[in-house]
This record gives sequence, C-alpha cells and structure tokens, in this order.
Amino acid sequence: MAKKGVPLSEMATSDTHGEDSPYFVGWKVYDEDPYDAASNPSGVIQMGLAENQVSFDLLEDYLEQHPQEFGWGCGVSSFRENALFQDYHGLKTFTRAVALFMEQIRGGRTQFDPQHIVLTAGATAANELLSFILADPGDGLLIPTPYYPGFDRDLRWRTGVNIIPVHCNSSNGFRITLRALEDACAGAESIKVRVKGLLLTNPSNPLGTAITRPVLEEILDFVAQKDIHLISDEIYSGSVFSSDEFVSMAEIVGARGHEERERVHIVYSLSKDLGLPGYRVGMIYSYNNEVVTTARRMSSFTLVSSQTQKMLASLLSDKEFTENYLRTNRERLKKRYEFVVEGLSNAGIRCLQGNAGLFCWMNLGELLEEPTVEGELSLWNLILHEAKLNISPGSSCHCLEAGWFRVCFANMSQQTLEVALMRMKDFTEKMKAKQMISSL
Amino acid sequence: MVKGAESCVPLSEVATSNTHGEDSAYFAGWKAYDEDPYDAASNPAGVIQMGLAENQVSFDLLEKYLDQHPGASGWGCGISGFRENALFQDYHGLQTFRQEMATFMEQIREGRATFDPERIVLTAGATAANELLTFILADPGDCLLIPTPYYPGFDRDLRWRTGVRIIPVHCSSSNGFQVTLQALEDAYVKAEGMKIRVRGLLLTNPSNPLGTAITRHVLEEVLDFVTQKDIHLISDEIYSGSVFSSDEFVSVAEIVEARGYKDCDRVHIVYSLSKDLGLPGFRVGAIYSYNDRVVTAARRMSSFTLVSSQTQRMLASMLADREFTENYLKTNRERLKNRHDFITEGLKNAGIECLPGNAGLFCWMNLAPLLEEPTKEGELRLWSLIVHEAKLNISPGSSCHCSEAGWFRVCFANMSQQTLEVALRRIKDFMKNMKAKQEK
Repeated sequence: MAKKGVPLSEMATSDTHGEDSPYFVGWKVYDEDPYDAASNPSGVIQMGLAENQVSFDLLEDYLEQHPQEFGWGCGVSSFRENALFQDYHGLKTFTRAVALFMEQIRGGRTQFDPQHIVLTAGATAANELLSFILADPGDGLLIPTPYYPGFDRDLRWRTGVNIIPVHCNSSNGFRITLRALEDACAGAESIKVRVKGLLLTNPSNPLGTAITRPVLEEILDFVAQKDIHLISDEIYSGSVFSSDEFVSMAEIVGARGHEERERVHIVYSLSKDLGLPGYRVGMIYSYNNEVVTTARRMSSFTLVSSQTQKMLASLLSDKEFTENYLRTNRERLKKRYEFVVEGLSNAGIRCLQGNAGLFCWMNLGELLEEPTVEGELSLWNLILHEAKLNISPGSSCHCLEAGWFRVCFANMSQQTLEVALMRMKDFTEKMKAKQMISSL
Repeated sequence: MVKGAESCVPLSEVATSNTHGEDSAYFAGWKAYDEDPYDAASNPAGVIQMGLAENQVSFDLLEKYLDQHPGASGWGCGISGFRENALFQDYHGLQTFRQEMATFMEQIREGRATFDPERIVLTAGATAANELLTFILADPGDCLLIPTPYYPGFDRDLRWRTGVRIIPVHCSSSNGFQVTLQALEDAYVKAEGMKIRVRGLLLTNPSNPLGTAITRHVLEEVLDFVTQKDIHLISDEIYSGSVFSSDEFVSVAEIVEARGYKDCDRVHIVYSLSKDLGLPGFRVGAIYSYNDRVVTAARRMSSFTLVSSQTQRMLASMLADREFTENYLKTNRERLKNRHDFITEGLKNAGIECLPGNAGLFCWMNLAPLLEEPTKEGELRLWSLIVHEAKLNISPGSSCHCSEAGWFRVCFANMSQQTLEVALRRIKDFMKNMKAKQEK
C-alpha cells in the first residue's frame, strides 16, 4: 500500500461520519462477542441499540391473518403498477394511512394532511434533508443536550451545518429552559454562526421523557421571536407510556397563526414505534409549502420502496390493528421501563423519571473516580469489558454532566434483561466495595 | 394548500436554487402528458409518453415468477424470517442480496468480469449512487467531465446538493457521437482555463440518450486518459442488461481485469435494477468500487439512502434463481431488440433517420431537416409542436446538452406495442404535414 491513491473529497476523508467515537467502539465489542443465552452466555449484552422488539408478535399475527397483503395476492396484477411507481409524492394509500396513524398516536388531538407528508428512507434521511433545506453550510442548528449521537453525522456531515448545543442539566430534570436557549444563541453569535433553527426530539432520546406543553409553547414563542425554524423529531411519539402525556408540536401549532406554523416541521418514522428499522420508512411533515415542495424533490435521493409502501399501507389502514397495537405497545414498554428502573434501584442506581421511549437515563455519578468525561469513559469501559454490557455514555450524547448513561431495554427478551440487571447489580456492588476499601 | 406562496421564514440557498431542474423543457413535456395522458380506450387523442426511459416489455416474466414462487414476496408459511428482516438495517446490506447482485452483474457480462460482493454498496436507486459518488470524489466547486449528450437528470443528481459542477465533453454526429480523446482533452483544458479542478469523468455505458454501447477501443482510451490525468472514472452501467446482443457490451470491469487490476482504485461502477428489471419503484441501486476507501465512505454515507430490507430479501430470492435470470436476460434483450427494430423501421418509413443503436430503451432520432433554424430555439419550437400537435412527449437533445440542434430521444419500451404503433402513425402524419408546410 505504498501509493497514496487517487484523492477523495474532504467530506470523504473527514471523520464527521462519527464512527471513531465510543458509541461505535461499544458496538464493535458487542459484535465481536455477542451475548446468546444458549451459545454465549457470558457475551456482551447490547443495551446501546434503541430498537423496539417488544411488540413483534402483534405484527407477525397480523401477517399470518392477512397473507395476501404481503405478496401480490392471487392475481399479481398490481405488481407491475407497484414496481413502476417511483413518484416522489408517495403512494396515496400509504401517505393517507400514515397521516391517520400519526393522528391516532396523538389521540385524535391533531389532524395531518397527507399532502404535507414527504417520505424519505428513514428519519436519518428526513433530518438530513431538513438540514440541507433550512440552513446553509456554516450555519447552526440549536439542539438541546443530551441528544442522539447520530445527529452529529446526520445533520452536519454532508451539509456543512454546525450544531450549537443548548445545555440542559439535572437540576430541573434536563428540561429545556429559555435561559439555555438564549445562552446558546448568544454563543452562536459570538462565533459568528447564524442560527437557522432548533431541533427538538420529543419524546427525548436519550432522556426518555415527553416535553411538557408549557415548554413547547415557550419554544415556539422563542423560534418565532428569533425568526428561525423548528424541527420536532417525534419518532418516539407512539412510545409514550401514557398516551395523554404526549403533546405533539402539531397540537401547539394548531392554535397559532400562519407565520408561526410556517416554521414548524415534524419528523416521523416507523422504525421505533413499529419496530421496522429495516424497511426505511421515514417522513417529514411540514406546514410550510415551500419546504414540502423542496423536500419532495430532494427525496428523489432517498425514496421509500414502493413494495414496502404498499404493504404498510394495508397494515396501517387497519384501524382495529393499529388501535390494538398502539395500546399494547405502550403497556409493554411501560412494564419494561418499570422493571428496569426497579432492577436498577435494587442495585442502588437512580434513573431520571421517564415516561417514554425505549431506554432510560441512569445516573452513575457516584461511581466516577472523577466527575469528568475521562472519568465517565473509564467507567463506561469497565462496564463494557467487566460487566459485559454495552450502554451509551452521556458524553457521546454531549451531556455536560458526567456520569449519565443511556440504557436500552426494548431490544432484547425479558430473560436477557434480567441477566443484564443482575450483572449491573454485581458490578455496582463490586465498585462500591472498591470505593469503600480505597477510602479507608 | 396555498399554491406558490413563498415561505416567510428563509430557506437555504440549496433549497431556493433551481438546480432541481424542474423548470426545464424536459419536465414541461411531462406536465403536458400528466394533464392529458393517452389511453387507448378513454383518451385516444391524449399525449403519448415517449420521454420516460422505463422498461415494461418483460414484466410478464416477473409476474410469472411471482405466481410460481409466492413464498418469495410474502414470508411464506412460516413467518420466522419476518422479525429478523424487519430489524435488519445494516448498511452492509443483506449478504445474500449483495451476493446475488454480484452474480447478476456477472451474468449480464456473461462471465467476462467478476464482482466481489464485498465491494457492492447498496443505495436507494442509481440516482442516489451517482450523488454519493459525487460527494465522495469531488469537493464543492470541483467538476466532473461528462460526454454529451447526457441524461438530463445528471444536472440535478450530481450538482444540486454537492456544489460540484459539470463540464461537458462535446461529442458530435460526425462520428456517431463517440467520445474522442480530443474532446476529452478540450474539456479538461476548458476546466483548467476556468480554474476548476477536474475530479473525474462520468460515462454512461450503454449511453443514455444515444442507445449505443461504448466500444472497447474507446473504453481503453478513456481509461488511459483518466489514469494520465489522475482522476476518477464513474461508469454508469444501468442499461448493461439492455444491450440487444450481449457480446456487444464491454464493461469497464472487463478492461480493469484485463489490465490485472493495475491502477484501478480510480474506477467505480454504478448499477440499478430500475431499467434492466423494470423495477424503478423498489429503489435498488448499487455502487461497485475497486477503491477500498470509497467503498467504506460510500457504505457509511448510504445510511441516508438504504434499500428496504423487505425488498432486498425478495429480490435476493428472485435473483438466486439462475434459470429465471438467464431466461429473463435473454428474453428481455430479444424483445428490446424487436421493439427497437420496429420503431426505427417505422421512423424510417416516416423519413426520419436514427443513430444506429444497439442498446437501451430509446433511440436517438434526427429531426434537423425539419428545423426552421439550426439552433436550440429552433429545436424547442419543433419540440413544442410535436408535444402539442402530434401529442407525443419526446425529449429534446438540448435538454441532454447536445451541441447539435435537432436530435431527440424517443423511448419505446414504456408502452404496449399497440400504443407504439399509434405513436409511429402520428409521427408519420406529423412529418407529412411538416414537409407540406416546408414545401409551401
């Protein structure tokens, strides 16, 4: 490998893809030694992957009862039309079904017009598309911390847009405050970065909490006053344990005027609520016609397979199925969450009080040798290599307080979760014993 | 939805530019068709769409396969594979599917080239593949050289979000629009003169819109040229399965292998199932690169444009059936050839000459004798007449950046034989009327 080779672009050689971070190192360690109850019981348990596997049986039952919806039925006459369909407006039956599903999730408290839906291959693509459309290279998007590590790549890599963190802390349960928003804006101004928008994740990843109505109202006022955009990533909206505890930005917008509505864009996906990340179904819902038109054109680079659209249109149009699914899924996630929090509590570990999502946000501050990123990463390393648990360190989510970790609980069986909790208990017991000895 | 209202909240430069290309003649013709589409029964005087390069001639073969293998598209009698497939979002792509894509590409080239599945990166369509390569091989402000005439979509796909430019390599009818060393050198020098860094050359082989396979001699010359200039070569081979006589297609992969893989890290091939298999709705594209760093970067970047795991699985099944694929490729070629011969004969009867073609879903016809003036304006006026009087949507050469006025691309594989006959009759009548007018 003596020769350097034909040069690639700056983008290709930059590390903004983010794969050199601890977040991915943990995945690698898991990949090399994955837990399996039977064949590898001492392997690493993957608790760093926010996937929803608790409700698959419901989907499988549906498939078994409706086999014709997943092939092309007894006559394959619709195959041809479907295979040719590459219109970036998306399959009408599908966008309609998705709009209805989103309304169901919000208990009918909002209405979604299918014509404002732009489909993309996953929420990853939806967020990047909005970044391209709302901001120019060098501009900034405000994002409350802690946030999903993937945003560093999704919003910045190919767009050249910057992320300006809006720092939240545990003193008020990591809620977003006006003060934090103003500070972030001032910070951007001082480095001469033009802020173009604010991106919320509601419910929050990694916090596992739904944002409250007063905070949402405050945020919409803030973005209107600053004349910037608001992206509300609501991909976990169907995973709020009590459906009436979720307030969508769509509900807030309903009572507002045109000028405020125009700056609001919602991102959704079927990857989390329905547990179908492989199918690549994401979308942008924008109240802004120009954004809808532009996003639609840009979605040419990231269309959803027409085969997948057709199948899911069927599934999502079945109201009985979706009502039951949403209700059952919420109950099961709630149970899992309570089980994990209880188990962690028994191990002497406290979690942020959560009410949504596929993970909980736990505090291991007491176990740190030093309250720094380095201290957190040494602890994380220990947990990965000794307790054999891959969890996500708060620093990879840009959390300013050291010692917080995100623990996923919906991507494994109940039995595996029990094993994980047992390991966590053993680990903390050992750590506390060590601490006691060294303090003697 | 308020039509055409401009957003009061500013959008980015990328969003407001017109590089999406939809204001061009190419799309105006589509619009005329959309508003008045031909239907043999319900709208026999409507516009016939001859501007869409789709392959509908071999659908019956796919339909027959699905009829005989219902398990391929559903999940069969056991749905055990459903869960695993629905969760699969690994950007490496389904191993089985990559394997089958590699083998299919080898079959198309009749074993004259080999493809390593580990070098295949899947993307949601060739549109995404071409854009990805542009992001990876060139920086904003750099350029790619592209021989004219070329596919109008490249103006958007390669330039819009990337900020990369296109410098045309002008080809002329004097030698059947073949790419010459002189034309390549001229384009390169022009870029240099404009202080634009040339990063690569993009070929489409077989060519869209010419409908011709590039000869071995020209490919060798092209490969020498890019090597000498130390730039990349992208070979878009999405029509490779649509060469009428399989031995008339020479892939750049064959040249690379014949050279013992020397200096091949600059060569990248794009493929898709949209044209050969007629499945544009399923969004299946691929990059094949001989460059490890490009494969790695492309794989990471494909996160924004993954292929639905449901679709990968179904097609892996289908493509694994060698009997099916062999028969499909053979039959598809024959039918395309028949269509091609039929249309060129029909055009000849109408007094129209076409470039001798041996591939693709279209032919390149010369209407220069009908032009009032041999200019782009003259061509567009003639095109307008054809769209509105003959009611045929064909593609004007100027939208393909052809430097000679009067050439048009006419698609023949996206309609039934009957519709093609109607179209040819209309062309004949139109020619008669035009000649009568000219004589006056």
